[in-house]
Amino acid sequence: MADEVLDVTGLTCPGPLVESKKKIKRMEAGTTLEIRGTHAPSKKEVPEMLADQGHEILSVTQEGDVWVVTVRKA
Amino acid sequence: MTKMALIVFSGELDKALATFVLATGAAASGWDVTLFFTFWGINIVRSENKCALEKKDVMSKMFGAMMPKGCESLPLSNMHMMGLGTSMMKKRMKGKRVKSLKEMIADAKELGVKFLVCDMSMDVMGLQKEEFIDEVDEIVGVGTYLKEAKDAQVTLFI
Repeated sequence: MADEVLDVTGLTCPGPLVESKKKIKRMEAGTTLEIRGTHAPSKKEVPEMLADQGHEILSVTQEGDVWVVTVRKA
Repeated sequence: MTKMALIVFSGELDKALATFVLATGAAASGWDVTLFFTFWGINIVRSENKCALEKKDVMSKMFGAMMPKGCESLPLSNMHMMGLGTSMMKKRMKGKRVKSLKEMIADAKELGVKFLVCDMSMDVMGLQKEEFIDEVDEIVGVGTYLKEAKDAQVTLFI
């Protein structure tokens, strides 16, 4: 279970990227975040953007229409 | 650090949205982003309720009255249809859960995007620095934009 959950289901471009960044910016280093969304390209782009900024991607899964990205803040 | 410096010349809603999708997406990706608002583009960052401090001449007043007053009164570049097309587009975008331009401007600021306004355009259009939204960081000349653009990997004229 992640420390925090961010729901961006229904949001379209660039919402998932922007909201994920705003959220992780406010979190403590070492804590984990679960991001849930439906915007298809963001399933790839959100973890890429987070990994590029040094955060650790723990998992990327799909539950029906919803993708779930779990990340640990660097 | 990757850097993007955009020249925002156009004052239409669709082009402003494209600008802010790029700017917030890049800022979320950790890029250093600068927006240089010039010519018609300065109306995007014009405040809808702030007033000029100094008295304006007739031409400046005319410009002021004819130009859009801020991000919520910009026309579309196509299919504006006296405002009908633009309001339909806004409604449709809301339905598709695209953020409004106003929300994107707030996101951009929160993620550290720099807002520069061209001093010469401001003067030509008869606007004063007090008439812009609080997000504007600085009123500058082209030299400041060029300094930012010099080491930017991405530069676009919108």
